[in-house]
Amino acid sequence: MNEPLLQVKNLCTSFNVDSGEVRAVNGISFNLDKGRVLGIVGESGSGKSVTAYSIMRILVEPGRITDGQILYNGEDIVKYSEKQMREFRGKRVSIIFQDPMTSLNPVYTIGNQLREAILLHTDRNREQANARALEMLRLVGVNEPEKRLKQYPHELSGGMRQRVMIAMALACEPDILIADEPTTALDVTIQAQILELMQSLQKKLGMAIIMITHDLGVIADMCDEIIVMYAGRICERGTADEIFYNPRHEYTKGLLRSIPRLETGHERLIPIAGSPVDLTNMPKGCSFASRCDNCMKICLSTLPEELDINDFHKASCWMNVKQVYEEAAAEKEAESK
Amino acid sequence: MSEYLLEVKDLKQHFPIRTGWFSSKPLKAVDGVSFEIKPGETLGLVGESGCGKTTVGRTILHLYQPTSGEIIYNGQQITSQNIHKFRQEMQIVFQDPYSSLNPRMTVSDIVGEPLDIHKLYGTRGERDARIKELLRLVGLNSDHARRYAHEFSGGQRQRIGIARALAVDPKFIVCDEPVSALDVSIQAQVINTFEDLQQKLGIAYLFIAHDLLVVKHISRRIAVMYLGRIMEIADADEVITHPVHPYTQSLISAIPIPDPNTARTRKRIPLEGDVPSPLNMPSGCAFRTRCRYATERCAQECPTLAEIGPGHRVACWNPHE
Repeated sequence: MNEPLLQVKNLCTSFNVDSGEVRAVNGISFNLDKGRVLGIVGESGSGKSVTAYSIMRILVEPGRITDGQILYNGEDIVKYSEKQMREFRGKRVSIIFQDPMTSLNPVYTIGNQLREAILLHTDRNREQANARALEMLRLVGVNEPEKRLKQYPHELSGGMRQRVMIAMALACEPDILIADEPTTALDVTIQAQILELMQSLQKKLGMAIIMITHDLGVIADMCDEIIVMYAGRICERGTADEIFYNPRHEYTKGLLRSIPRLETGHERLIPIAGSPVDLTNMPKGCSFASRCDNCMKICLSTLPEELDINDFHKASCWMNVKQVYEEAAAEKEAESK
Repeated sequence: MSEYLLEVKDLKQHFPIRTGWFSSKPLKAVDGVSFEIKPGETLGLVGESGCGKTTVGRTILHLYQPTSGEIIYNGQQITSQNIHKFRQEMQIVFQDPYSSLNPRMTVSDIVGEPLDIHKLYGTRGERDARIKELLRLVGLNSDHARRYAHEFSGGQRQRIGIARALAVDPKFIVCDEPVSALDVSIQAQVINTFEDLQQKLGIAYLFIAHDLLVVKHISRRIAVMYLGRIMEIADADEVITHPVHPYTQSLISAIPIPDPNTARTRKRIPLEGDVPSPLNMPSGCAFRTRCRYATERCAQECPTLAEIGPGHRVACWNPHE
């Protein structure tokens, strides 16, 4: 089998704040294969964005990677110098952010910002860079691209700005695109446009995408594989079908139960009780235990290990262990009869 | 007395935008909106940002002075002179639970303030008892009364906002995107709180949101707005299953469905381009610049809401099934 494009191994990222160490990402591992779309879903504070920032090494103080490896084509980028990182960002991996309003520089024109990225990472000259910028704007479906190059970000709508961000991220043909809540700030119809655009570009250019979002609808639409995060840890991972139709972690199940559906009537929603855990004061056992309906004694004392459900599906929940025992016991009973 | 708790007739809200030293231009945030809400009913108001849905909610409560149109509550017309007596009947819950609560007030002051203003208690003890009752009603603990807003999570803060709105025992609440700032697992808690309160106290809601799945869940009827006008209004299930206006159809086809099989098979009806500027509205139908079925008539005449079925009204010259 081929080596995965990106391997994250036991990544830990912490923020040292006055009230203690916040373990935003607490030992997560995953692989990303070439040309795949991986979704990371979780609520605010689950560590999904910090994972993305860790891969790009753009954590702001006091955040730092405390442990683990991030292997890109076998090289550990955690050990990269800032100079090597600058080479790596944009060219190998790029990121688009949630808020296109604040992630473009308001005092430079669109063309200026696009050209900057191209000149920095490729050996094109100014003229070629300009041609490339135009080509990219056309690719992402910006109308009148010549005019847009001369405009400033405030002259464009939110959807247009997000298209410009995508154009900028893809201008140097990265292998991996990290999309951190790329459509959360946009309206539904614009969101649909952007998701469709990302899908078609992914097919055309063949890059891998890490899609970070809290919206299960967006995840279902876009992703081949899904990682569900809670309180800095991965609680479940698998193919989209496995996660949506055969969830095996109590948190995932709760999440899927709590969203209103289009096809159902007006039945009561089943919410997840309580509120998210305090990251400075993490419980000893499973971090979801305090909100879990099926919490057992062991959940409070011991962290569950990740268990294979099948070839495409893993989950870290004691309920699965319990189920294995129960099935074994039932089998034994059947045999003795 | 009419069967409706609230009737809004041809409501207009134009904001003057200065274009020069002495010249200004109207921004037509709301341009002729009419709807009715029955007692104890929920009307969902959906639309994209800038369509004027929040302005409708605020204008009903006279937080903005309406440019023209009528707002009739329980058979009485609301004007800026008599709004104060209606403030006890009509309340609002805001979108952002982080900025809508005063950080220097304790929860008991936040929830108690409307009681003070409307002088709804005799003794100090009655006031405290009422605050405790309100907190219990929205699922908070009475110990929470002495804390400050920053000590609570987003969902809890939104409950404080709801308790404050409930303090005066209103019959109608404008809920302005009350769950969009909350996490999915918390959203369901707050939505359930709204539904429980409606059952218990018979409150009518105008539920404003951009998330169609949430609106569909909580509303009996849904109105779809675009650029200051209502495009379609009908029973919630009817709007979702049989949308007739091309805009509603696109909007519904764009909802991200949390189900991989449906996501793979369904067809989106993409909308081209962006929403036109409300300062520079297209002639005739506001949606015609992005509409697949636009004809010449759409550019000349503005369609009005016309009944096409029981309780189903559409503003379109070329409605499509």
